[in-house]
Amino acid sequence: MIRDFVYSKAKTVKEALDLLEEHKENYKIICGGQSLLILMRQGLVAPANLIDIKSIEELSYINFKPKDGLKIGAATTHSDIEKSSSVKKHYPVLVSMEKNLASVQTRNWGTIGGNLAHGDPAGDPGPVFIALNATVKIANSERERSIPLEEFFIDYFETVLEDGELLLEVQFPVVPPRTATVYEKFNIIKNDQGIVSVAVSITMEKKGSSCKDARIVLGAAASIPIRAKKAEKLLIGQKLNNGLLEKIGKRASKEADPVADIHASEEYRRHLVEALTKRMVRKAWDQARKPAR
Amino acid sequence: MEKQLLRITVNNEYHELYVKPKRLLVEVLRDELELTGTKRGCNTGACCACTVLLNGVTVKSCSILAMQADGTEVTTVEGLAEGGKLSPIQRSFLDHGAYQCGFCTSGMLISATALINEKPSPTKKQIKEAIHGNICRCTGYNSIIRAIKAVAEGKYKEEE
Repeated sequence: MIRDFVYSKAKTVKEALDLLEEHKENYKIICGGQSLLILMRQGLVAPANLIDIKSIEELSYINFKPKDGLKIGAATTHSDIEKSSSVKKHYPVLVSMEKNLASVQTRNWGTIGGNLAHGDPAGDPGPVFIALNATVKIANSERERSIPLEEFFIDYFETVLEDGELLLEVQFPVVPPRTATVYEKFNIIKNDQGIVSVAVSITMEKKGSSCKDARIVLGAAASIPIRAKKAEKLLIGQKLNNGLLEKIGKRASKEADPVADIHASEEYRRHLVEALTKRMVRKAWDQARKPAR
Repeated sequence: MEKQLLRITVNNEYHELYVKPKRLLVEVLRDELELTGTKRGCNTGACCACTVLLNGVTVKSCSILAMQADGTEVTTVEGLAEGGKLSPIQRSFLDHGAYQCGFCTSGMLISATALINEKPSPTKKQIKEAIHGNICRCTGYNSIIRAIKAVAEGKYKEEE
C-alpha cells in the first residue's frame, strides 16, 4: 500500500528546484515513476513529499549537433529516444538498447533521467551511456555541475545526487571516427532486465588495424555499472586475435564484483561477463574496422 | 491527506474530481469513474492488463499516479466502440476467438489499437513487439496475433 504524501507538480525547472529546496531531505522526485511506484507500493520508499517533474516541457528534448554531439533532456521518454531519427543515425546502439528495454507501455511513460537517477545496476542505459562516454548535467537552486556518468553511480540505488539537486540532461560527445559501440544483455524473458549486460565501445587507429581506445562496461555485475579497465588495457594498442579475446574475457570476469541473487549465482554471473565481453568485443571490433559508409 | 483536483478526459468525457495524490490512475478509472473494463492484474507493472491510452500512447494505468494524468485524455476499452458499434479490432478479436478468460483482453485491445493507429499495416514482428508486454496465460497469443493481422490486412475496413 502506498503511504500518503504531499504531491506537488513542477511546471518549470526553477519551480522544481525551489520545491526541492523547500522540502530538503524529505522528498522524492517522480518523473515517469516506472521504478519508483513499485518501491513505494512495497513500502520501501515512503517520502513525505513527492515532487513531480514529468510535465516540465523544458526537460523533454533530443538535440543533436554534429560539433557538440547529443543532448537529451532528463524527462525525455524512452520511446522518444527509440524513435528519434538523429539518435538512430548517429548513436544507433541507443535505439537497439531502447527497443529491448521493458515493454512499450513502460517506454512510453518512463524517462531517461528517472532511469539513471533510480540507480539500478541492472538498468540498460547506464552501461551503454558510459561506453559512449556520457556526461550528466545536474543543478540545484544555486549552481549547475556536470560530471561523467561513470562517476554518477555510488552503490545500489544510490547516486551522487545530493538533496536539492535535479538531474537535467545527459550529454554524449561526438563519436570519434572508426568507432563502434555495441550492447547486449543476457536474460531469460525478452526485454527483461539483464542478468548480466556488457557494453563495449572500440575506436580503431587511423592506420593499421590496432585499437586506439576501448571501453568495456559491465551491467548487473557489481553494485553499479563498472568499467573493466584492466580488460580495456589489454586491448588498447593491440590487434585483436582469439588468444587476446580469451584473455580480455577472463580479465573482465575477474574485474566484475557480482552478487548471487534469485536470478543467478556469483559464479554464473562471472561466466556471463566473460562470454558477453568476448562476444561484444568481437562485434565492436568487426564493426569499427568496417570503412565508414 | 488532502485530496487534490483532478481534471481528466476519459473516453471523450470531461471529469473533475478530488482524489488523494497516492491514488493510481487505474484506481480512479475503476473505483471513481466505475470504468471496470480496465483490469488490475499484477499491480506491479509486469502484466499490462491495465493498459490504457494516455494522449494516444499506451501506458500502464497501475504505474501512473492519477494526478500525473491531470489534463490528459485517456481512452479505456469502454471508449473503443463508437455509437454502440465495436471497433475493427474488437470485431476481429471476436471473429478470431482471441481471448479465453478475457482478463488480458482490455489491455490487448488497447495495445492493438495503438499499434494500428500508429502503423496501419504492421508486420507480424511489429504486432508481436506491440503486445510484448501484455501477458496472456490462456490463448498462447496465436489467435490474438491473427486477429490483429486481419485488421492490418484491411479485412475490417469500410465494413458496415
